[in-house]
This record gives sequence, structure tokens and C-alpha cells, in this order.
Amino acid sequence: MEKKESEYWRWKEYAWKAPELNWEDFEIITAGVDIGSVSSQAVIMGDGELYAYANMRTGSDSPESARNAMDWALKDTGMSLDKIRYVVGTGYGRVNVPFANKAITEIACHARGANWMYGPSVRTVLDMGGQDCKAIRCDERGKVTAFLMNDKCAAGTGRGMEVFADLLGVHIQDIGELSFDIDEEPPEVSSTCVVFAKAEASQLLREGWPKNKVIAAYCAAMAHRVFTLIERLGMEKEFAITGGIAKNVGVVKRIERELKIEALKTEKDTQIAGAVGGALFGKTLVEKGKG
Amino acid sequence: MKVAGVDVGAKFVKVILMDDGNVLAKSSKLVGFEQKKSIDDAFQEALGKAGVKEEDIGYITATGSGRTAVHFKTDELTEVTAASKGATMLVPSARTVIDVGAEEGRAMHTDADGKVLDFVINERCAAGAGSFTEAMARALEIEVEEIGPLSLKSTEAVPMNAQCAVFAESEVVTLVHQKTSKENIARAIHDAIASRISSMARRLSIEQDIVLVGGMANNVGFVESLKRELNMDVTIPEDPEYVAALGAARVASARAGGVS
Amino acid sequence: MKANYGYKDGSGEYFITIDTDKCNCCEECVKVCPAGVLEMVANDFDIEADDMPAVTEKERWKIKYTCAPCKPVDKESTPPCMEACKEDAIEHSW
Ligand code: SF4
Ligand code: SF4
Repeated sequence: MEKKESEYWRWKEYAWKAPELNWEDFEIITAGVDIGSVSSQAVIMGDGELYAYANMRTGSDSPESARNAMDWALKDTGMSLDKIRYVVGTGYGRVNVPFANKAITEIACHARGANWMYGPSVRTVLDMGGQDCKAIRCDERGKVTAFLMNDKCAAGTGRGMEVFADLLGVHIQDIGELSFDIDEEPPEVSSTCVVFAKAEASQLLREGWPKNKVIAAYCAAMAHRVFTLIERLGMEKEFAITGGIAKNVGVVKRIERELKIEALKTEKDTQIAGAVGGALFGKTLVEKGKG
Repeated sequence: MKVAGVDVGAKFVKVILMDDGNVLAKSSKLVGFEQKKSIDDAFQEALGKAGVKEEDIGYITATGSGRTAVHFKTDELTEVTAASKGATMLVPSARTVIDVGAEEGRAMHTDADGKVLDFVINERCAAGAGSFTEAMARALEIEVEEIGPLSLKSTEAVPMNAQCAVFAESEVVTLVHQKTSKENIARAIHDAIASRISSMARRLSIEQDIVLVGGMANNVGFVESLKRELNMDVTIPEDPEYVAALGAARVASARAGGVS
Repeated sequence: MKANYGYKDGSGEYFITIDTDKCNCCEECVKVCPAGVLEMVANDFDIEADDMPAVTEKERWKIKYTCAPCKPVDKESTPPCMEACKEDAIEHSW
């Protein structure tokens, strides 16, 4: 994989193109653009195969973020936007993708994308983003059978984790590992609310708890919270996690522990699941003659 | 008989000493790192003010989220009963008591005697309690005492969408960047929390008079917003933050066999 | 499909569940809701299907509060949206 990266503090933006593929060989080219509250992805697929994509931060202007992500994904392909037969916008800014043919909710796109990413055996998908958390159940074709979103409360989202990283003065990407550098697993932070959990954590630090133990207690609390959401929906194997938190082992391992099952692993980039789903929907729509 | 009511809240410990239904002394202390010490300090201060000795206090009733930590208590009382007993003592016509503290919001439907008929509680989410305003004041970079008066000077109602205190902080920062005046933001903050408190209270059959107690009753901006949201008048008793302690003292008197 | 709209916060779980397999898309729930919590939206999950009811994006974050008047504490009652639904397609988690 040739990944080109530019520097950023929290996480790196990047673009990728399948080195061995050429757009002129494809019959149907479609794209999915996922405008999330924190990051935006543009994915280009040719005949259902991943061709190129970009992952960037979402700026204050959604249409511009959509254009930037798409331009970056196209940059090394030698191809122009008008070669794309169908563009699906998804994510919270889905209606603000100026060049999209259709907007589809991210729940449907995530299920479809996870089905592509992890294979048809995946039945439960947990997507943990910066400002929300979604649990989705789907069938072998990636069609949604039940879903639940949680985007009101910061607890259980990447934002909640950021608040904690700030409080403790550690880098967000180190939290996972640090949370296992402890003598024994501490009890969870008892407050769910990030505001109260923060106060609780400060109190624990004053009582002499080492930082890592506090981190572990918070990761455990977050994992438990997500676990209860999955329980509400009903858990069916196989299980997969997507989104930014999927990269935090401190939370992922603890979720697996509570669910007593391991999440499917993939070499693919979990952050593009939604945009991939959008591109695949685009292909279906073209084939059905609705494009 | 001399009795005491001790209310251990999330932020402050409040103590009321009472004799035959008359308040002898009040005292309040910030809950510091050591809750027990704050409780002792507040109690001793009240004794000092009243000029009475500890052994003269015949009955001590504790209330508030930290009430179990009051090691010298005779017994305990829930916050809901304490607040409505205290509120009806000060405002006998009160039938709906709304109590908003740092970490909890509650509403009670009560009878003339302060007996609770129904109640609802908002807890464990900062969005429905005083902590919300505190976090927002921080985001606005002003003191929490300033935010109430500031909000009275607003010229326009701007909406706030975020429901969570954490997301609302980012929204406040965005509003500041968009050059929304601090006055209008302050009002938006109070409108947001007042709307949550009033919707919660609407689960009760709201009967007048409505009395607002707890620390947030001292915030004039919140009071204005709440009146607007409820579209009804709201009475604020004197020293609203002491009302639960007062209710506890009233119950202590009754339990000790004195005046109820 | 069971669509769960709402949230879990520090204070509890507040979800309105709409079972799209039971729902006949009659729109009654949308009409009776006094607070405008429900609306008919395109069914993105099944492109062939009719519009389906859903909780509006704005209300998804605050149904605990918006729906509060429909849930009086002093008497047993069914909220209007559930009452209106002939197919029993709507459930509330709280
Ligand atoms: S519980 Fe805390 S973190 Fe969650 S919504 Fe309420 S204020 Fe936000
Ligand atoms: S409970 Fe009431 S306000 Fe809530 S959706 Fe149903 S009818 Fe609307």
C-alpha cells in the first residue's frame, strides 16, 4: 500500500490508491462520501472493488470538506469526477455533499460496508465515532435488521475519551496501551457522565491512584457502557468494530471481554466502512437502472 | 428541644440548628477533598454561631447525596422529602417544589404539610443540573456568579442544540467564534437547562404555587428562563440553598417529639 | 427492522423503537404526537419500501424531555403515539 501522509497532531490524514488498478478498466465507477462530525472520507470503487480513497478532518464547511476529500482521493488516479457514475453521500453531513446523486443514512451504509470489509458472516457491527456510537445488526447481504444510535451523550464516544486524555495529559493514541500497564484491573469509574467521571477521576488521582489505573478504570467504564447498548440490541455472531475507537485496544479488548467473544479483525481501514457502503449502494442503484 | 438538619450536597455542606421551630444558626462549607472534615467544620461553625454545645443538640437528621458520611447523625431523610418539608415551611402555599442542585434536579408535588405526593428526579447527567451552568461558564471564560446577571442583559434568544454538557461546551466555543454576544450565549445556556427542568416537572400535575429551591435558585438568569419555560410565576424563598437542611431540621424536630 | 431512536446518558436509557416489519406506514403516530417528535422519512434501508416513521434528528437527543408530558407519573397511561399505532409497532424503553 502506498500511503501518503501529512502531519497532524491528533491523527493523520491520508489518501490511498490501489497501485495495480486502472480506472479505464472498470465498467461502473461509483463513490461514497462519508461526512462525519470529526472526519470525512471519500471512497472510489470500480465494479465493487476498492480503487482509491482519502480520509480527512471535517472542516467547518461540509460541502467544502466533501469536495476536498473527493479531490484528494482523485488526485493520483488521473481520473476526473465526471467519470464517476453515481455518488452517494452519507454521514451526518450527507445532505451537504454537492456532487452526490443521493443521500443514504450512515446506518445502512455502515452495515453494507462492514459486510464488504469483514465478509458476509458479520451480524453485529459496532461503530464508535468521535461524537456518536452506533450498534447495527445485519443479515448476510449487509441489510440492516436492527439498529441503535447514541449521539446525544459524550460518554462512550471518542469525544469523551479526548476529555479524559486532556485531563490526564496523555496522548489519545497511547491510552489503549497504558490502560494495560497496571497491576490489576481496577473497578470501573462509577459515573457515566463525562463531567462527573472527570471529577471522580481527579478525586482518584488525589487518593494516589496511578494515572494508568485511572485510565484503565475509564476504559472499562466506556466498554461497559457500549456493552449495555449492544445488549439492548441483542448480540449475534460474528461481531465487528469500526470507527476511530476501533483503534483503541484499551476499550476494544475490554468490550470483547464483556461480550465473551472476539471481534473480527481486518487489514482494511475501518474508518472507511461507511463510505465504502455508500459506493456499493451506488453500484446497486446503477445496476437497477435507478442511476 | 434543639435539633439540627445537615444537608451534604455535591458541592456544599449546609447545616441548620433549630429550636422549637426557630432557626438558631445557619452555616455552609464547600465540600473539599475531605468530605468528613467539611461536615465537621460546618457543624462546628453553626454551633459556634448559635452559642450552643454539641451535647445540647438532641436530634440530628442528615440529608443530601452524602448524608451517610454524617457520622454524628441520629437518622437520615431523602432529599425529596427534605426539600419539600423545607419549602412548605417557608412558603406554605407551595404545591410544586423544584430543587436544582449541582448534580441533580428534582421536582415534587406536595401537600400543605410538605408531604410528597409525586416526584421526578434528574440525576447522573450533568445536562440536567447546576454543573451544566458551571461547565458553560468555564467555556465562556467567566465566573459562574456572573453568568446569571449577564443573561438578563441578552437581546435575543439563540438556540443551543447540544444536550450534553460536553458537546454544549464546544457549541459555546463555536458561538463565541461566531461573535454571538456573551449575554445571548448566557441566556441560551439558561434556556437550555430550564427547558429540561420544566419538561421534567411536566411529568407531574403542576399545581401553583411553584417554589424553586437549591443552589440554582440564586442564579437570576436561570430563574428568568424557568419562568419563561413554565409560563408561570416561580417563588424563590430566602436562602434557597438552605431549604433541604431546613426541611431536615423540621423533620428532626418532629421526630424528636417537638413542633413539626 | 427494529429502529431504535434515542440515547443512553448518565441518567438512563431513552429509546423509541419502531419495528418497520410491523409498521404499515399509516402515519397515525406522526399525526397524534403533540410535540412533533415523529416524521415520515424515506426508507433508506429498503429502497422499494414506502416512507416510514422515524424520530426527527433534532428530537433524538432529547426525547426524555420532549416526551415527558406524555408520561405522567401519577397515572398509568399509554403515550398517544403508541396508543394510535394499530400494529403495535412502537415501543418506548422507559
Ligand atoms: S451524562 Fe454527562 S456526558 Fe452524558 S449527556 Fe449527560 S452531561 Fe453529557
Ligand atoms: S410520547 Fe408523546 S411526545 Fe413522545 S413521541 Fe409519543 S406522542 Fe410524541
